[in-house]
Amino acid sequence: MTASDTLAVQAEGVRKSYGRFEALRGIDLEVARGQVTCLIGPSGSGKSTFLRCINHLEKVTAGRLSVEGELVGYRQHGGKLYELRDKEVCAKRAKIGMVFQRFNLFPHMTALENVALGPIRVKHESKSAAEERARKLLDRVGLADKLAGYPSQLSGGQQQRIAIARALAMEPSLMLFDEPTSALDPELVGDVLDVMRSLAEDGMTMIVVTHEMGFAREVADSLIFMDEGVVVESGQPREMLANPKNERTRSFLAKVL
Amino acid sequence: MTTSEPAGAQGARPTGGGITAVPVRHTGRWVAGAIVVLLAAMLVHTLAYSSTYRYGVHTPRYQWNVIGQYFTARPVLLGLEITIELTVLAMAIGVFLGIAFAVMRLSTNPLVSSASWLYIWFFRGTPVLVQVIFWNFIAYLYPKLTLGIPFGPAFLHFSANTLVTPFVAGVIALGLNEGAYMAEIVRAGILSVDEGQTEAAHALGMTHGQTLRRIVLPQAMRVIIPPTGNETISMLKTSSLVSVISVAELLFSVELIYARTYQIVPMLMVACIWYLIVTTILSIGQYYLERHFAKGVLRELPPTPYQRLRKRVAVFNLRQENTILQIDSLGRPGPGLP
Repeated sequence: MTASDTLAVQAEGVRKSYGRFEALRGIDLEVARGQVTCLIGPSGSGKSTFLRCINHLEKVTAGRLSVEGELVGYRQHGGKLYELRDKEVCAKRAKIGMVFQRFNLFPHMTALENVALGPIRVKHESKSAAEERARKLLDRVGLADKLAGYPSQLSGGQQQRIAIARALAMEPSLMLFDEPTSALDPELVGDVLDVMRSLAEDGMTMIVVTHEMGFAREVADSLIFMDEGVVVESGQPREMLANPKNERTRSFLAKVL
Repeated sequence: MTTSEPAGAQGARPTGGGITAVPVRHTGRWVAGAIVVLLAAMLVHTLAYSSTYRYGVHTPRYQWNVIGQYFTARPVLLGLEITIELTVLAMAIGVFLGIAFAVMRLSTNPLVSSASWLYIWFFRGTPVLVQVIFWNFIAYLYPKLTLGIPFGPAFLHFSANTLVTPFVAGVIALGLNEGAYMAEIVRAGILSVDEGQTEAAHALGMTHGQTLRRIVLPQAMRVIIPPTGNETISMLKTSSLVSVISVAELLFSVELIYARTYQIVPMLMVACIWYLIVTTILSIGQYYLERHFAKGVLRELPPTPYQRLRKRVAVFNLRQENTILQIDSLGRPGPGLP
């Protein structure tokens, strides 16, 4: 067993540019299976861009990025890279769950339909089996009584928990969270964080872009501080939050803590 | 509460949830209402009693008896049927082409998107009447239509004159023209759907096709339906243009009759009343379609006309009983009411 076999995500010199603007300028990081990694940093530092590269919502411009030992978006064969077809990209994305800042629930579907959609359409499960599991997942996130509710009838916190259930319904091996609590009223943040905490306890591999330093301190196994498209500092959350080594980390934490 | 409060304010206090107050008088509303009633009376009067006086005889101008006589005449009903067929077929082609060209227009392939742009440019840029006449004379350009390999052998031959009858020419012309307008409507609908929806669908592992079919189009429908209803109603009347290539639709049918009887105005009234009736039916259909696609966007669906009527009746009854108004928008009595 080599080191890369235990890695969920491995990034080497990952770059991403939009025209002349470079959002990511060489990211190197590793996320081990079963670990929770929190990405922090000022807005525009490239945290979300990096997260979106992991499931190929954004195309990497340079460097190597792999999930579960396989390259994202490409196949390597005889020293050459081949771009993946739409179907192949979809098959890989199906194993990665993603939760968005603005929930992005499908407004024309009920909570139950939102959660059951992926298993039915992507994994081709039977409707009854998919809905049965969707019911269990909604129960797990504490929304067993909202099955028939449409997103517009639910609070932000409830919508985000449905979004988490929707991602979990695909039985992913990796969960990506893009500022999952940033669009929520303060009193609703706790419910969402509780669900994420219980996921972490179950051993889910998670990468969380967040501004919730309390969550990072208590739940994360490692903390990464990004600024201007590079990883500035990474380490144990408690230690890093208590005495950051880098000057930029220190000034950022001084503002948010 | 202190006892120093003036006694006059007692009446304005809410008692048991209701408020007793003298309502504001809306003089303007009464005047406007009276004017509308007066104009309506004039309209009814002119429709019923407008007449010419010649040779000592009053002849009604609108000739309602003639209208009644021809209203359900066989040629008129056959014309109506063809008008509806034209509308349905042309709209079906229009919607299909509209979706196809809208998706093409949004394609990342520059050749595909400019082909769509060219189509829309051409069919929106030329008068539909000219297009109708053009398709009718298609045999002049292509007397023989063949099915086969491009620049290679042909398997089937058709004579354009037998294949493209005036009715077919009309359907093709109206459908292709409509496709250009529908493409813009569908494109606006697709663009109105939040980008996050596509991302969420992709993140679940759905393909481009699945995302379009399951996520984007159902939400785009809310934006697409109202103008499409408008287009359908417009198409019903635009279909009368094919009367110039002798398709026996509603207008052409009444034209044939008044060419013989010289009862031009009553026959045009017959056609107009039928157009109004079909338009009314289409509007009702549109209302329910819009209501269906509002699902999940509005917290509560707008009431159907029947539900609204029930509410009015319920409100009226309660007013009579002088009870507190507690009725929801669907006309069901609220809690605490019998």
